[in-house]
Amino acid sequence: MIVARLFSLVAKAGLLALLAFALIGPLANLVLWSIAERWYAPHKLPVSYGLRYWEIVFRPTGDAMGSLVTSVGIAVAVVVVAVAVSVPAGYALARLKLPFRAVIMIAFLLPQAFPSIVIYMNVARVFYGLGLAGTITGVVLVHSAHALVYSVWITTAAFAAVDRDLELAARNMGASPWRSFWTVTLPLATPGIMASAIFVFLESLDEFTGTFFVGVPQVTTLPLLLYNASMGGNYQIASITALILLVPSVLFMLVIERFLHADVLAKVGR
Amino acid sequence: MRPRTPSAGLLLVTPALLMVAALFVYPFALSITSALTAADGFPSIANFSKAFELYSGDIVFSVLIVASSTALIALTAIAIAGALTLGETRWLVAALAALYRWPLFIPFIVAAQCMRTFLAKNGLLNNSIVSLGILDPAMTQSFLDWRGIVITFVWKQTPFVALLLAGAMASLDRATIEAARNMGAGRGRLLFEIVVPQVLPTLMVGLVLSIVTMLSVLSVPMMVAGSQPTMLTVDMAFRINAYGDYGVANALGVISYLITAGAAWLYLRHSLREGGRP
Repeated sequence: MIVARLFSLVAKAGLLALLAFALIGPLANLVLWSIAERWYAPHKLPVSYGLRYWEIVFRPTGDAMGSLVTSVGIAVAVVVVAVAVSVPAGYALARLKLPFRAVIMIAFLLPQAFPSIVIYMNVARVFYGLGLAGTITGVVLVHSAHALVYSVWITTAAFAAVDRDLELAARNMGASPWRSFWTVTLPLATPGIMASAIFVFLESLDEFTGTFFVGVPQVTTLPLLLYNASMGGNYQIASITALILLVPSVLFMLVIERFLHADVLAKVGR
Repeated sequence: MRPRTPSAGLLLVTPALLMVAALFVYPFALSITSALTAADGFPSIANFSKAFELYSGDIVFSVLIVASSTALIALTAIAIAGALTLGETRWLVAALAALYRWPLFIPFIVAAQCMRTFLAKNGLLNNSIVSLGILDPAMTQSFLDWRGIVITFVWKQTPFVALLLAGAMASLDRATIEAARNMGAGRGRLLFEIVVPQVLPTLMVGLVLSIVTMLSVLSVPMMVAGSQPTMLTVDMAFRINAYGDYGVANALGVISYLITAGAAWLYLRHSLREGGRP
């Protein structure tokens, strides 16, 4: 009996260790490369460690800082566009009488149903004719269209989760529809809208394929810098860029539950 | 803002709809017409013949990669979600819950860079196996080929499907599970005969979304595997960047639509048979 329990314990711990290695191993390799100054076969670990490449990446005049500024600038612009378009759309979809509501909701899902790479290469072709290829505006537009799926659906859910009685109470006390929207509905929906904004920001920051077709060669975001460094064999720069991209993703995972309340989640897709 | 008339609502939705029309519907239509137009501007299927002639190997390769990744994702996600739902060892469930989600929030391009180093001949995977004495250093091999692509896809997509499944499993009626357990059903039977059939629709949705994602990702096949054979995404980028050949690139694109449509059809057929509840 004790032997059987011991065996089961060892088996469970072993499985867990294997899973942990599979999940953490690739990330550990990334961290190792970021602090390896020299690493070649047959050495199992870096030959010498140091922060030389970090200094190169964070040098104010370096490519990486330029790409970081480009990436963050694009992501902020995408959030502004996506929120500006989704708040009215989400309010209408959640609250107003709308013909073909189900069709409209599905229209925003369509981009998720087809391989986006095909769409991106044709957008790039259209943008080339319009002079938008290789411009920040072009990249912002491509990222925003992709972001609408999340932002419209989450914003709609956020408005749907606001208690109607609170709006009615404001109206009964004499507030105009505008005033009740700005002082009651919008503030109550803000956590959900914030969640969608964070989501959109990250999607834009991490986006590769769309930028690869529309932004090249003038617009170099962090993912493109990572790709170029990696294909050029410069694993240190690639790994450090990857770690920079990981920071916002990890922060997001830690705070998302604070913004995306269960009551909003329950309304997604309703 | 007058919330009573339908036109006010339509007006508010219009900007968002216009963006989808201009940046998704129009390019989508363009991809199909471009695939069906020959270089001389007349309708033809020449692009498809050329696509099959040059890339039939890569079409099969892409389908095999996506199919095997999907099967592995399904199995691993069921195992993880099942352990989270039915697990009786509290520390194990807690550790698993804390661990399994991590790759979900890691961008594909970062996952690709991780795997590019981890799976290499001198990567941490091989070096760990050698250090444990399981393999001789001379016997190690690089996994940076089709195996690398499958491993990266499974690593990145399993948490997504497992998260959906665990959510669906948590909302199941515990009474049936307890009843089956009391009647002596083992954990394997419990999982595959009681729990999984009830969450099958959720599993299928997660898998179809994963298939679309795998057919869209460009960075993973470019960074994790060599050039031949490769996935359709890389071929499309190559046709455009090397030749400016939108015809064949779009023909490959339409083929990848059809692969996704095939997966979606399997899903719909299944859910119709289950009583029309997709």
